[in-house]
Amino acid sequence: MTQANSVLPPLAERSGILRWLRKNLFGSWLDAALTIIGAIIIYWAIKGFLTWAFTVAEWEVISANMRLIMIGQYPLEQVGQLWIALGFLMFLTGNSLAIWARKSYFTTILLLASPALLALLPFGDDPRKWLIILSVTGVIGWGMGWSKPEALGRIVILGWVLSLPVFILLTRGFTPEDGIMPIVGTNLWGGLLLTFLLTVVGILFSFPLGVLLALGRRSELPVIRLASITYIELVRGVPLITILFMAQLMLPLFLPPNVTIDRVLRAMVGITLFSAAYLAENVRGGLQAIPKGQFEAAQALGLNGAQTMVFIILPQALRLIIPILVGQFIAVFKDTALVAIVGLFDLVGIAKTVLAQPDFLGLQREVYVFISLIYWVLSYGMSYLSQRLEEKLGVGKR
Amino acid sequence: MLQDRDTIITAREVHKWYGNFHALKGIDMDVKRREVIVIFGPSGSGKSTFIRTINRLEEHQRGQIIVDGIELSHDVRNIEQIRMDTGMVFQQFNLFPHLTVMQNITLSPIQVRKWTKEKAEEIALQLLGRVGIPEQAHKYPGQLSGGQQQRVAIARALAMQPKIMLFDEPTSALDPEMIKEVLDVMVELAKSGMTMLVVTHEMGFARAVADRMFFFDQGQIVESGTPEEIFKEPKEERTKLFLSQILSH
Ligand SMILES: Nc1ncnc2c1ncn2[C@@H]1O[C@H](COP(=O)(O)OP(=O)(O)O)[C@@H](O)[C@H]1O
Ligand SMILES: [Mg+2]
Repeated sequence: MTQANSVLPPLAERSGILRWLRKNLFGSWLDAALTIIGAIIIYWAIKGFLTWAFTVAEWEVISANMRLIMIGQYPLEQVGQLWIALGFLMFLTGNSLAIWARKSYFTTILLLASPALLALLPFGDDPRKWLIILSVTGVIGWGMGWSKPEALGRIVILGWVLSLPVFILLTRGFTPEDGIMPIVGTNLWGGLLLTFLLTVVGILFSFPLGVLLALGRRSELPVIRLASITYIELVRGVPLITILFMAQLMLPLFLPPNVTIDRVLRAMVGITLFSAAYLAENVRGGLQAIPKGQFEAAQALGLNGAQTMVFIILPQALRLIIPILVGQFIAVFKDTALVAIVGLFDLVGIAKTVLAQPDFLGLQREVYVFISLIYWVLSYGMSYLSQRLEEKLGVGKR
Repeated sequence: MLQDRDTIITAREVHKWYGNFHALKGIDMDVKRREVIVIFGPSGSGKSTFIRTINRLEEHQRGQIIVDGIELSHDVRNIEQIRMDTGMVFQQFNLFPHLTVMQNITLSPIQVRKWTKEKAEEIALQLLGRVGIPEQAHKYPGQLSGGQQQRVAIARALAMQPKIMLFDEPTSALDPEMIKEVLDVMVELAKSGMTMLVVTHEMGFARAVADRMFFFDQGQIVESGTPEEIFKEPKEERTKLFLSQILSH
């Protein structure tokens, strides 16, 4: 790319927009006609949407219900715990950016400033204060990482390992009613908070499970191989929604009557088991792409099967499939919306609650547009960050 | 069967089939300590298959292979021991592309021999000096030329301090101008007293350092002898014909 750019085309080729337009959009009569029709359609669509968004739409439904959309029925007195949990994540993010992405200034500024930017939206005074604290925490974390990158590396990794348990502990609380952090039942978890937790748990647990299934599928032991294949093919053969229904409705049939498993936990298990089967197939694809010579070199050096996998094959296979993995993680994020059908109050589930209020009847468009926007921003964010990561790791090169 | 103390590899009546295809038809070979053996012969004659049975990258189905007093069998511990004692260099280098040169070399000493990282890195640096590329330790294999990569592969195999080095056409994938730098390293290694089994068609190398040569054809050893005997007065027609073909260019 850089080479191609360093030699400029002759002057005549460089005469700018008009030439580009003529070449790309009005090259022939057909092109010109298509361009004009396309422009008209785009114009009507955008104009219609903007007119609706600025004159018809009643966005009060969003601002009035922002808290529901973000956290569901989570008790107001305990929201502080969630902010602390988020603060922990921001702090680690700041650390990590300073340690491992020193030169990615744009990504760094974007990530650290995003809470403060959100504070510009009508969230109310208390959240605004917290959002600004989040940004500040991130910047402090970044500063610490910047000053002591070597010393902090391991601690930050440990921090990330602990981040999910910490987040869940803070969300759930751990003391009785009168303690400092009373337990909040999962039936009160909702909105983006629930979507986020379902996604993160689904991704984090399905990943190792998927890798194990992929390895199991290649095992020399017929029992393990057969079990892996059966599992993968069974799960891939049914829609996620049926697995969620089974987890909610059928699981209790197999358990002793006095044992109940939390509904959110059941959904997490369902999503994890489902995602693992797809991951296993993707990982298998990555494993197959590793040349036989890599296995042979490892064997010849005396590495055993497990060492060969851990040090030689998996790192290469996983790096190869990062784009596919990210695609699948985004799919998990969006698929969590199905839990609304089995009665959980994730982003989509909470939308129904919002719309059931007499004050906001008939405002489906506003609510679903807003929720779609949240999904899109976060999906695109994941995709964008993963592209930066791929560039850094040189995926597809070498 | 016992091995006498001077012998490090004994192959007796080794047979190997790929499905119905009879790839090795009774190979017999004794290799003494510090000997340099060159194996040559037409493509598909079983040269690779044979040297790969010695570190069990291929399993033989009949006959016996003993390496330094240990018989190759299904016993995993025997296989592990023999792999620690033999280094192998491949035609396609087979370096680990996601690891630096240093990590390529130290991985196995650290994981298998359980050396400390410091010790492994110290020895790796010595070896990189020995193969002539001390300054490349922190590059990735993809940043090196073919000749440099193959020298890293040799250093990687040597880092395990093997008793035997197996080479399977180590220069066949190299551009002509890089062949010499790899052969120089191998000559130095041979002169240092390493036991080596080398599959190669580099007859200059054979003449310079081989103690004995084996001509393979169709899964059998057709002829063996010192380089002197093989080059001056080959007994078999097939050997003559093959030598005339590869020496003519
Ligand atoms: N994995 C395999 N499966 C089936 N046939 C093989 C396999 N590896 C080698 N062969 C066959 O065995 C014969 C000997 O191969 P090889 O030892 O690689 O020959 P050489 O190294 O002398 O060129 C060849 O005919 C080859 O096609
Ligand atoms: Mg070969």
